[in-house]
Amino acid sequence: MATSLSSDRYDVIVVGGGHAGCEAAASAARIGAKTALVSMRRDMIGAMSCNPAIGGLGKGHLVREVDAFDGLIGRASDAAAIHYRMLNQSKGAAVRGPRIQADRAKYRAAIHALLGAEPQLDIVEAEATALDLASEGRTVRGLVLDGGDRALAGKAVILATGTFLGAKLHFGMSNHAGGRAGERAATALAQQLYAADLPMARLKTGTPPRLDGRTIDWASLAMQPSDGGDWTMALATEKRENPALFCAITRTNAVAHDIIRASLDRSPLFAGEITGQGPRYCPSIEDKIHRFGDRDGHQIFLEPEGLGDPLVYPNGISTSLPEDVQLAFLRATDGLEQVEIVQPGYAVEYDHVDPRILGHDLGVRTMPGLYLAGQINGTTGYEEAAAQGLVAGINAARLAAGQDPVRFDRDDSYIGVMIDDLVLQGVTEPYRMLTARAEYRLRLRADNAVTRLTDKAERWGCLSSRHRAFAKLRLAKLDTVRGVMTSKIDADAAEKAGIAIGQHRETRSLAEWLRLPGATAGAVRAMAPELRAISDDILDEAIEDVRYAPYLERQDREIARVGADERIRIPETLDYAAIAGLSNEMIERLETARPATLGEAGRIPGITPAALAAILVHARRRAA
Amino acid sequence: MAILSDDGATIFALSTAGLPSAIAIVRTSGPASRSALEALAGRVPEPRYAALMSLRDPADGTPIDRALILWLPGPASETGEDMVEYHLHGSRAVASKLLETLGKYDEMRPAEAGEFLRRAFLNGKMDLTAAEGLGDLLDAETESQRRHALAIAEGGLAARIAGWRERLLGAEARLEAVLNFSDEGDVGEGDESFALDAADDVHGEIMETLAAPPAERLRDGIRVALAGPPNAGKSTLFNALVAREAAIVSPVAGTTRDVIEAPVDIDGIAFVFSDTAGLRDSGEAIEEEGVRRARSVSERSDILFWMGETADAPKGDHIIILHPRADEPRRAAKPAEAALSVSATTGEGMAALRALLLERARSLLPREDQLALNQRQRLALREAADALAEARAGDWILLVEALRGARMALERLGGGGGVETMLDALFGRFCIGK
Ligand SMILES: Cc1cc2nc3c(=O)[nH]c(=O)nc-3n(C[C@H](O)[C@H](O)[C@H](O)COP(=O)(O)OP(=O)(O)OC[C@H]3O[C@@H](n4cnc5c(N)ncnc54)[C@H](O)[C@@H]3O)c2cc1C
Repeated sequence: MATSLSSDRYDVIVVGGGHAGCEAAASAARIGAKTALVSMRRDMIGAMSCNPAIGGLGKGHLVREVDAFDGLIGRASDAAAIHYRMLNQSKGAAVRGPRIQADRAKYRAAIHALLGAEPQLDIVEAEATALDLASEGRTVRGLVLDGGDRALAGKAVILATGTFLGAKLHFGMSNHAGGRAGERAATALAQQLYAADLPMARLKTGTPPRLDGRTIDWASLAMQPSDGGDWTMALATEKRENPALFCAITRTNAVAHDIIRASLDRSPLFAGEITGQGPRYCPSIEDKIHRFGDRDGHQIFLEPEGLGDPLVYPNGISTSLPEDVQLAFLRATDGLEQVEIVQPGYAVEYDHVDPRILGHDLGVRTMPGLYLAGQINGTTGYEEAAAQGLVAGINAARLAAGQDPVRFDRDDSYIGVMIDDLVLQGVTEPYRMLTARAEYRLRLRADNAVTRLTDKAERWGCLSSRHRAFAKLRLAKLDTVRGVMTSKIDADAAEKAGIAIGQHRETRSLAEWLRLPGATAGAVRAMAPELRAISDDILDEAIEDVRYAPYLERQDREIARVGADERIRIPETLDYAAIAGLSNEMIERLETARPATLGEAGRIPGITPAALAAILVHARRRAA
Repeated sequence: MAILSDDGATIFALSTAGLPSAIAIVRTSGPASRSALEALAGRVPEPRYAALMSLRDPADGTPIDRALILWLPGPASETGEDMVEYHLHGSRAVASKLLETLGKYDEMRPAEAGEFLRRAFLNGKMDLTAAEGLGDLLDAETESQRRHALAIAEGGLAARIAGWRERLLGAEARLEAVLNFSDEGDVGEGDESFALDAADDVHGEIMETLAAPPAERLRDGIRVALAGPPNAGKSTLFNALVAREAAIVSPVAGTTRDVIEAPVDIDGIAFVFSDTAGLRDSGEAIEEEGVRRARSVSERSDILFWMGETADAPKGDHIIILHPRADEPRRAAKPAEAALSVSATTGEGMAALRALLLERARSLLPREDQLALNQRQRLALREAADALAEARAGDWILLVEALRGARMALERLGGGGGVETMLDALFGRFCIGK
């Protein structure tokens, strides 16, 4: 890694060393773009501002998808993992979510090491204070640093500044500007974005206090062990590295709730100090008690932050109450009677940009060369940020190289679902990935990301030779397994292998047997000894493929149907107001999101089939 | 989600408004137009020449109608695709039967508003000025949606759909809460029996609602046919039944002049009487053709009065055998199979005939406590029921998908929708979030 400024000219400049920025910089550099990663503090690059956990439901899918492009997040997760859990183990493979608990320091070190290994990438420690815009118009050509002390020239700039725009931290009733505890906000840059008339809105999020683990009575609490097994987050990780730690579970109780209830007037949330919209799925403990007053307790997961680190993250009690209230209600809780707070919980309010101004490449439509990724787009979460970083990084590198933009689709990835939701529907609360958002979730499994996406990753030039070798090997093994699926197995052999054969006495194909209960990797090996050497995860993927096959076929037809409208392009400058019959609401939404195709227009809320017909006709007329 | 054009599907729609009318035109457009016509009519006529053909349901051979067919192969057609026009007798029953039959093909689906126009446009077939009509189309869509919504609300269907939707949404939200947040909330663990119960209950209620007589009969009239050999006295009886009533609309001749129809209101119930009067003037092989037509009329009527020999009577629950011309000396004795002896001349049995008619009619109409559904509603409900039937297919995810599919189908009828509705229900009920 070249740490000094070897040159001031770059293909791609990334602002922000969070999960979005790191992934963006790494993917641009991997493709071959000369890339600079500008961040306020070098040591904070790769920091986890909130929960030191990666993956989970929906989010685990994103990690595996970014990993299929040889991204950082999966590899860094494995390097730092001290606790593994496969969520929804029993609920169907499509919604199984791999999740790890990370050692915070190891994670940051892993990100630094991975960035350092990219020869095309420079790290620049500075505050980005302004975009350098071409004198006439809004084309981005570089970045001004530290209030004009320095400048970098670049063909594309990616802003991945997280919560730092116009950020305000709330500790109880006192608040001050700041991007994250101990870090300043990016005020100058925010000013320029306001001036550029980008539509912005305010959101809020919060984080719980950090506890000193040496003051917790672990022996009195229920323990949650790490999963056995050998699955990992990244394809190219060969084995788990670190010893596994336990997590523990406790619960708030009536006494704690009373303490909180008595102090609601000292909460910035309830006193009206905070105006930004917070996420429905991540309410603060004061919110939970206010909204679900009938509950006698709420779970708290006590998650260690690292191997040699006494810091504990109490998951479930994000709060912006004053510190004395935090301490009082914690000490009313089982196992925490003696607890000490290392850093109090707080809320942060910040500005985000309405993502409907972006195209599917995450480029700002009205400012060529500018890309936005991560929390700045109204999302929340490391995985969401990383996935956007990947998309922006790839497209910025392509722009710099004079290539056309590329995109992910709703039917190939959660990444595609997220981007499509963001740019067409916008956000009203911090956007988090959920499996329920994916209409094709039967096909979008965490276990088949490599199968789904390797082709794209390779075509777009994202893969190192090491990752490619792993991917090719996996795909070849899967092919072998698929080849055996049609072999005929008699009922006795199936029964012996553990398949619940029921009434079936006839000879059937391996695939048919695998649709019945009892289909496991072991059963496959028993019925098809030639697959003895194939590992569980590959056999599992193949089993799930045959189990869902009938449903997937139906979905394929629907996808084909939707696909037709995806190919019909709408001119960028279409004047929706001139189309007879569209309601004002429709016009407003269409003009904000500017759908590129008829299919996209159809996914904007409130756009009816007849409205689509009118848009189509109007678009064609203009073309004629 | 919007249904989209040129997806490879063949679309169909009734292209004339206001049934019953003299003729009804059903059009299809798309690659399966030809094979559907072959299946219905047995062959495809010469392109762009009108041909009179018998249409039958390919599933069981029951006649649908004898119709004028135009086969319009693409690209020289209005939409640029292969098209067929079916010019039918303009009754609701015939048109519905054809639409229903077409809807059974995988490759075919009902057209969305404006879709023929859209396809024409896509294929460069539409005069640009015609495009102006689309603004009106949008207005019409809203207006008809409004009227439609009102109509269902009055029938109580809206309330029932809302109830089902709530039930499914509740179950779905509970499952999604576990699927999406099992690691971080007080969402309970995995017991899916409540969801299976919800799926079964709603499925059962939808099937029950679907079993109720359709709304079209209420609106368009109960179809009563008089059939039998020439000179059986059909026309006399027809005139007697029709002429006695005050609210007579003058008889309209069908396009092929085979059938005369007359809408009549008796005791507040709408009827459409049809008489196969044209048969006598037909130069065709009378016996054979007469039997065939009688069968065809019989198939599409709700009540059929058979006025010929009892041995020749068509079979079916809706057949009532009459013993006509009871005033004639040699016909005094009523055969055992006949329900009534009637004479239009003397009026003998006419009051009893009307009473019988009304009694039958009431059993065919939805009761006041039953919901009357139109075809679009039935299709959507059937889709919901089909999805729910798969609820027990396997794992959780398939169960959720079944609930979601059913809810989306209901939402297409009752408004509201999408992921956001479900998330609202979910976050409203469960305390989620670490
Ligand atoms: C207090 C808090 C609580 C959170 N709680 C949750 C939660 O409960 N659940 C959840 O899923 N997610 C939560 N998150 C969100 C999660 O941490 C973020 O969504 C994710 O890290 C965003 O990644 P990012 O890359 O977009 O931005 P960040 O990780 O915030 O990174 C932004 C980076 O940009 C740099 N930067 C900003 N401006 C400039 C500038 N002008 N010049 C140079 N560098 C700049 C910063 O130094 C920082 O390195 C929380 C975040 C915070 C701050």
